[in-house]
Order: sequence, then C-alpha cells, then structure tokens
Amino acid sequence: MQTTSSSSSSRSIHQREEKQDFSLIKNIFDDNSLTFAEKIISMKNVETHSKKCRPGDIVIVDVDLAMAQDSTGPLAIRSLNEMGIVSLHDPAKTLLVIDHTFPAADEKVANLHKLMREFALKHSCILVEGSISHQHILEYLAAPGMVILGADSHTCQAGCVGAFAAGIGSTEIAAVWATGQLWLRVPETIKIMLSGNFNKGVFARDLILHYIGEVGEDGANYKSLEWKFSNDNVKKQFSMDSRACISNASMECGAKISVFPVDEITRKYLHENLRISEDNSSGTNNMRTEIDIQAGDSAQYKDELEIQLDKIEPQVSGPDNVDKVHSIGELANLEIDQAFIGSSTNGRIEDLEVAAHILKGRKVHRNTRCVVTPASVKVYEEAIRRGYVEIYLESGAVFTNATCGACVGTHLGALGENEICISSSSRNFVGRMGALSSKVYLASPATVAASAIEGGIADPRRYFYSS
Amino acid sequence: MSQEEREQLQRQQSDGVTKGKAWLFGDNINTDIIIPFRFKSRTNDPYEMAKYAMYGYDPDFHKKITNGDVIVAGRNFGGGSSREQAPVALKYAGISAVIAQSFARIFYRNSFTIGLPALEISEIKGKVNQGDELSINISRFTVQNLRSGEIFQAHVVPKFMRDMLVEGGLVEYYKRHKQFPWRIHRRSLPIF
Repeated sequence: MQTTSSSSSSRSIHQREEKQDFSLIKNIFDDNSLTFAEKIISMKNVETHSKKCRPGDIVIVDVDLAMAQDSTGPLAIRSLNEMGIVSLHDPAKTLLVIDHTFPAADEKVANLHKLMREFALKHSCILVEGSISHQHILEYLAAPGMVILGADSHTCQAGCVGAFAAGIGSTEIAAVWATGQLWLRVPETIKIMLSGNFNKGVFARDLILHYIGEVGEDGANYKSLEWKFSNDNVKKQFSMDSRACISNASMECGAKISVFPVDEITRKYLHENLRISEDNSSGTNNMRTEIDIQAGDSAQYKDELEIQLDKIEPQVSGPDNVDKVHSIGELANLEIDQAFIGSSTNGRIEDLEVAAHILKGRKVHRNTRCVVTPASVKVYEEAIRRGYVEIYLESGAVFTNATCGACVGTHLGALGENEICISSSSRNFVGRMGALSSKVYLASPATVAASAIEGGIADPRRYFYSS
Repeated sequence: MSQEEREQLQRQQSDGVTKGKAWLFGDNINTDIIIPFRFKSRTNDPYEMAKYAMYGYDPDFHKKITNGDVIVAGRNFGGGSSREQAPVALKYAGISAVIAQSFARIFYRNSFTIGLPALEISEIKGKVNQGDELSINISRFTVQNLRSGEIFQAHVVPKFMRDMLVEGGLVEYYKRHKQFPWRIHRRSLPIF
C-alpha cells in the first residue's frame, strides 16, 4: 500500500550516486582509525571531507532520508508551517509513514492522517501507509553509508544494514525537510563482540534483552553500538531479521545508533530486495564502493566487551522498565491475559515463522487472547504465502494488519485494568499498552507463542526439542 | 496555562531568570509516563497535550502545577520514545524547566528545540526537597535553591543551543532570524 508521488524507492539511491564524487571522501572511507559513527559523520560533513571527526565534535551533516510517522508527522508539519517554510529541500528524501494507528481508529486520528496525506500530495514527497516505517525503510530504502533520521526513536533499526540511523524530534525533522541537513554530535562507540552458538529456543531478542539488563536503560545513552562477529559461524546465526531486531531494540538502552558490519548477508539482503546488482563486491561506481563501508580496524572504542551466545537463556523483561530482565525460570507460570507477537522489534517473517512453528496444531489457552501483527505489508503477504495465517487462525489467535497499534496501546490489542500481557513489542513502560494498572512483559516471539498456549509465561525451549 | 500566561513566562525566560517550586521525581521517568501515546497521537494542539502532562505518574498532575514550577528528577529523564509532545506537554502545562541528573538523548534535544530549559546537574540528587523554591538563570545555566542558598552549575551546551532556548525554541528562532541556529554559528562550532 505505497503511494509514491514523485520517486521510486530506488531512485533516491541513484540520485546519491550522481551527486557524490567519491574521490572527495576516499581518504576518510579508507581510514582505519575511525569507528563507524566517526567515519560516516566525517564523510557527510557539509563543511569539509578532509577532517576526521571525533567523539564530542558537533558537525552539520547531509541527511539522505528524513522520516516522520503519524504520531510525529503532524507536529513536524505544524512546525514547518509556523516557520513559514513552503518548499522542501528534496521531496525524494522526505518520507511520511502512516503506521502507528493504521487504519485510523477514530475521527481525531483520521484528521491527522488526512493532514499528512494532503501534505504529501502538495509536496510530492514519499507517503507510505500500512507498513511500519522502520520495516519499510529496511525493505525499500536503507543502504550502507546512508544518514537516516526519523521522528521515531526506533529509527536506529536501519543500522542493521550499515546505515547511520537515529531518532530525533518532530521539529528537527521539519528542519531537515527544509534544508537536507542537521547538526549531530559524534558519539562514543561501544564494541560488542559476539561468539559461540545460540541454544535452541534462544534468539536475537533474548540477546539484546540480556545486554540491556546488564547495562541498564541508559547504559548506551548518546553512544553508538557496533556489533561484531568473532567468526563466520557466529555471523551465519544473524540473519537480517535478527540484526534488525537488535538494532531496533538497542534504543531501550539509549543507543544513538546500533550498527552491524556490512557483509555477504547484507549484500544478499540488498540484492534480494532489488537495491544492488548481484555482482556488487568489486564495483567501481560510488554506490558500490559505499556499500562496502566498514569501521576501521584500529578505531578507538569507549568500551569493548564480548557476549557468549551459549550462556544466554530465554529472557523476560518487566514490568515497567526494559532493563528489569529475568531469566525465564524466575517468572514461569505467571498468568497472562494477552500474548502479543509483532511490532517493529519482532514482527518480521523470521518471527512469524517461529510463532507458527509453536502454534501449529495447538490451541491458544482459553484464558488468553493472542494477537499476531506483521511489521509490513510484505511480511503480511509472505505469512499468507507460507500458510502461517491459517495456523494462527486455527490456533485461535487473531492476525491483524501491519501497524504499531498494540505496542503503543492505541488499537488492535490494548489492555484493560490490571491485565497482564507478554509481548514481543518494544517497550513495557507503565500504561504503554493501555490501562496504567496493566503490566507488560517483553520476550522473544517464541516465548510469547509458548506462553499463549500455556496461559502463563512459558519456556519455549521444550517446543524445539520435541519436534 | 493560558496563552497569555505562557507568553508572560516566555518573557521572563528571555530575561534570563525564572523562579518556581520543585516537583521531585526518581530515575527513568520515560516519555510514556510524561504523555501516553493514545493522548498525544490524537491532537496537534499543545494546550490539549498539556492536559496529559505526567499522566502516567498522576492523571491530575496538570491541575496541581503552578505556573513556573520546576521538575527535578534523577537519571535518564525522558527515555523511550522520540515524542516531542513530551517536553511540549510539560511546557504548556506550566513547567518552566526540567533539572535532572541526566537526560535521555532525544528528550534533551527536543527540550532545546521546543524551548523548555533542560538542565543536567549530576550532583542535584538529595539537594532539593519537594516544594523548594528554585531560581533558574538560563543565560548562565545555573540553578539556585532559595531554601538552602546553594548554587549549581548545569552542563554547559553549545551557544547555538542556548540561543535557541532563550528565544523560545527552534520555531521562534527561525521566525526571527529566517535561519537555523546551527547555520548561523557554523564557523564557531568546533570550539564547543
């Protein structure tokens, strides 16, 4: 359900190819002493391409894509109008997404959606409806080396393909729409080396919840996270869907950006999603070279740590704060009213596959309702194609359109007073999914699906050993 | 708070000094507490947003605020969502400044953007009681507790951020200068 008024998604990248003369940034691109964040900001600095930017520097950068969604876009439009700005710097880099309360749940929301549609039509910018912005950006727009800013904290998800992607507020997005630029402070970087093997029934979401539990809700505030793999065997365990989950959820410890190395998994994903040609590794044009952007080997990190995947158990976080992380055993059998699988954090096809694996041939517990929400139209279509939707419906679960609805308590799965929900969504804050007295626990889609069947918080591992 | 009262408070801030009594909060006051999604996503009117300021803490909080009151909080104030409606709701409910041991990144940026003074004072914990009268100097980025007399220096920010704040936020700044503040100060940026 994409209305693209003036540009196809691939065109904005082609424009970048034409614009940037790679020779100007080659020295920075090849510099081994820069972290990912330092390198991108140095390359995108509007003043000079010869200066190496370091943590703490404040730099004005060129922005490749600036997004707002239906709970932040109306305020951005209001600010732009109040400033009297009548034209956009580049409509092809201006993205409006109607995803949070889609389709409109009431008249007030409908009027704000209308405001966004009229703005998009007037300015010929990109308007997307019915896919969650972060997933749409991943599927159609993001590429390594881009600077992507969004009026949504989980914009950092696009770090999974090697983009510098960060959340900001509505009025600053309006400023980017007007000028194509914004100031950024160069962040310090934390390097996290991953090693070992995930145990059965343990997933990327468990890893990031584990990390947040260790460092706390502000443990990476203002920082860039760089995830690294100790060898190819580790790398293979991190599909693009898993990387997206981690980059997205890194917001919950305050990270400014959260990036993965650009490798063959990135290139395969971009190729399958029609953004680069098959033979891209030895290319000569600017886009191809930029695809291979990497942090320098001798970069200086604020902190370096290693996480052994084997040591991680299924994690459950909550209630009220994301850093209140427990191993599954501590909360086993806690009764639940709702199980929610979806959101930009865990609503991709890999997540729906795990949920289908567990729900297949089983019934959702009679005291529990189960809601499944895909992250995008593309994921929705794939779930139908693979037969997952039939599995959910037979199990007694509800399958909704792609939206942020339940995660933000606006529609399609809100909670009543004192209700308890286990959820694969992004946050468990007080009143996040509805009543102030309701409680939300966060977990992987596998843990949520197992809990839906058992009517209480359940260990998903048994569903993997027995099959 | 009415528009007239808001403008009066803004004039005081432009002069550099405001006074107000303190409301104490703990760590990790996130943006869902400051204004829940279902309220902020259904209006584009800042005075309507103000009715839900700190709803997650106390749905009637906005009625208890006296114009110019100050929020004093612990670590990581404003974590979570990027919603600019969070500082907007506080500002239009009559809060004249937020002081915290530390701020979440996006809330901090948004506060300057919309003209709500955000003062990071790492040693503030235990130095202010509920209801203490505080005097805040926006030009100097200092806070004085008028009960104890103690003066605290907040984390200093680049000049363009302070200019934006003193002039009432990015929109007001742009209306006056027809330029964004980081553009005007671009030559002097590296010194900060």
